[in-house]
Amino acid sequence: MHLTVAGREVYAYAGARPRVHSQRTIIFVHGAANDHGVWAWQSRYFAHHGFNVLAVDLPGHGRSEGEALASVEAVADWILALQDAAAAERASLVGHSLGALAVLECAARHPERVEKIALTGPAVPMTVSDELMDAARHNDHAAYEMINGWSFSAARQLGGNAVPGFWMTGNSMRLMERTPPGVLAADLAACHAYANGLAAAAAVLCPALLITGARDLMAPPRNAQALIASLADVRVVELARSGHALMAEEPDAVLDALRTFL
Amino acid sequence: MGKPRNTHLDTLSLHAGARPDPATGARATPIYQSASFVFDDSDHAAALFDMARPGHVYSRISNPTCAVLEERIAALEGGVGGIATASGQAALHLALVTLLSAGSHIVASRALYGGSHNLLDYTLPRFGIETTFVDARDIDGWRAAIRPETRLLFGETLGNPGLDVLDIPRVAALAHEHGLPLLVDSTFTTPYLMQPFAHGADLVFHSATKFLSGHGVVIGGLLVDSGQFDWNAKPARGKFPTLTEPYRGFHDMVFTEESTTGAFLLRARREGIRDFGACMAPFTAFQILQGIETLPLRMARHVENTRKVVAFLAAHPVVATVGYPELDTHPDRALAQRLLPQGCGAVFSFELKGTRAQGRQFIESLRLFSHLANVGDAKSLVIHPASTTHFRMSADELARAGIAEGTIRLSIGLEHPDDLIEDLSRALYAAGKAA
Repeated sequence: MHLTVAGREVYAYAGARPRVHSQRTIIFVHGAANDHGVWAWQSRYFAHHGFNVLAVDLPGHGRSEGEALASVEAVADWILALQDAAAAERASLVGHSLGALAVLECAARHPERVEKIALTGPAVPMTVSDELMDAARHNDHAAYEMINGWSFSAARQLGGNAVPGFWMTGNSMRLMERTPPGVLAADLAACHAYANGLAAAAAVLCPALLITGARDLMAPPRNAQALIASLADVRVVELARSGHALMAEEPDAVLDALRTFL
Repeated sequence: MGKPRNTHLDTLSLHAGARPDPATGARATPIYQSASFVFDDSDHAAALFDMARPGHVYSRISNPTCAVLEERIAALEGGVGGIATASGQAALHLALVTLLSAGSHIVASRALYGGSHNLLDYTLPRFGIETTFVDARDIDGWRAAIRPETRLLFGETLGNPGLDVLDIPRVAALAHEHGLPLLVDSTFTTPYLMQPFAHGADLVFHSATKFLSGHGVVIGGLLVDSGQFDWNAKPARGKFPTLTEPYRGFHDMVFTEESTTGAFLLRARREGIRDFGACMAPFTAFQILQGIETLPLRMARHVENTRKVVAFLAAHPVVATVGYPELDTHPDRALAQRLLPQGCGAVFSFELKGTRAQGRQFIESLRLFSHLANVGDAKSLVIHPASTTHFRMSADELARAGIAEGTIRLSIGLEHPDDLIEDLSRALYAAGKAA
């Protein structure tokens, strides 16, 4: 569906289901240079199992208009504006990577509007290497290659997709290649600059779920330990075989963790 | 953290899509010879049918052995995914019916495999889909043939049988200028010699019966999507409602909303394979996987042998012409050097001097070359296109496709090149004496 947020048209995948006022709402927020499609095997399930789903394309990504937002805090406020636009007084927020940081910040800023948060592939701080940042700033294809190489576990670099017929890394590469120039650099800069993670975690009042990949090189689980310690009501699911691309590598395991939690 | 590097084609040929079997540890990809797959519970069953969970339901729609092959060809081509089909013809048909409906129009190269020509020229008009055939080398001809209802441009990497090299960058640019995808038959080249997506093609299909298998024991096809074509963006917007509008046949799914990069393959599987049913058998997929494991080794040898045979024939007094794009006499030599630097494959045609009877004598005098209707086998093959693969064409159509009465097509195998040349030499001598 299309919504207007901050004066710009925004696309959100809703599983071809109309909004039902009595149902709870889940908002899925993707990571850097991605779009709503990374949540395909989670968003559709919830949309068809009694939830209102909004798997968004962040501004400048996928089908949404505008420029990529410059900071995690800006994405957090944008999520709230999206809730307003969708008439969702309260919602559970699910985010991946950059989206996870934004969800965390949103829950800290607006506790009355957030029911639960689920963070997949989170890290605080989420530092970005100079080499990757430099390539992204120059819109160098090498940036996508680095992300793809570090995002999928070594085994998944060779495939074995749960989704019949799809080549995971090829699909991931093509999705990143479709983002307009400058978007990846803006997203990575937002991740790198975000300094409020632990303070935000301490301010979160709602239950939180962290889903981490034991083989994640982009956001290693050890970089989520301080975040876990700062959250008051937290549970953690670590997927032993997964890298950073958790929803693609282990779609059922991520869905099952979310089903149990949400 | 070291900078990652891309995995090479040789390695992907052996490993892509496969992993040791989680149930048994089997290193080879097992043949999952099962029509259907057990659900965990009712919710799991419903979710699989709804595409709310990934997995296998019924082997017409997907199968674990076929899925390994689909991932492997997608990896080799640099695409987002693939679908294994009952034949190369089924792969072409699946691509067409996923995008086109009655009233749609195709612009295709005239230099096509006879089976593709049959489908486009004789069969599809009965379903309201028309094709305009153009000279593969005539970019203005391609442009002039595009109509408002055109939905696809189509050609072969190396045209059949004259090996016209498709100028994929130019034809793709023209297609994209009009909001149209370019579909390419890459059977003759395989991803070892060319990856059409890197040059701008949007969809690729193979007759996997040929070089991908190499053994000539199965019939199969593979359709691969680059994921590059934006079905929703101008000037394509509105041209492809099968992908961009709700599909009543699958819960009003809008495939481009479901996946930005995989919409074509989702529709092809959820409609085309489901309803037309031209799926691949798992045993066939297993056999093709065995072939692909050695694809780089075989293709290198195919090309090496072909170059030697081409050189021999080009210098032979009984041979009028040899059509191989690496020769100075071929009109696409420069283009071939650019697009096919590792070689122009192992299938080519030549013309004998003399009568049709001499051509017959030549073919019947061969001992190593098998006279049959196939290409891309490990064994060398020979055929006379005018009387077999292209026999439905009129004399005029044959001429425009570059086929003469005396044209003979060879598919060079993996035998020792000296033995092949000796066989050809004897048969050419016999043909000469039959004058």
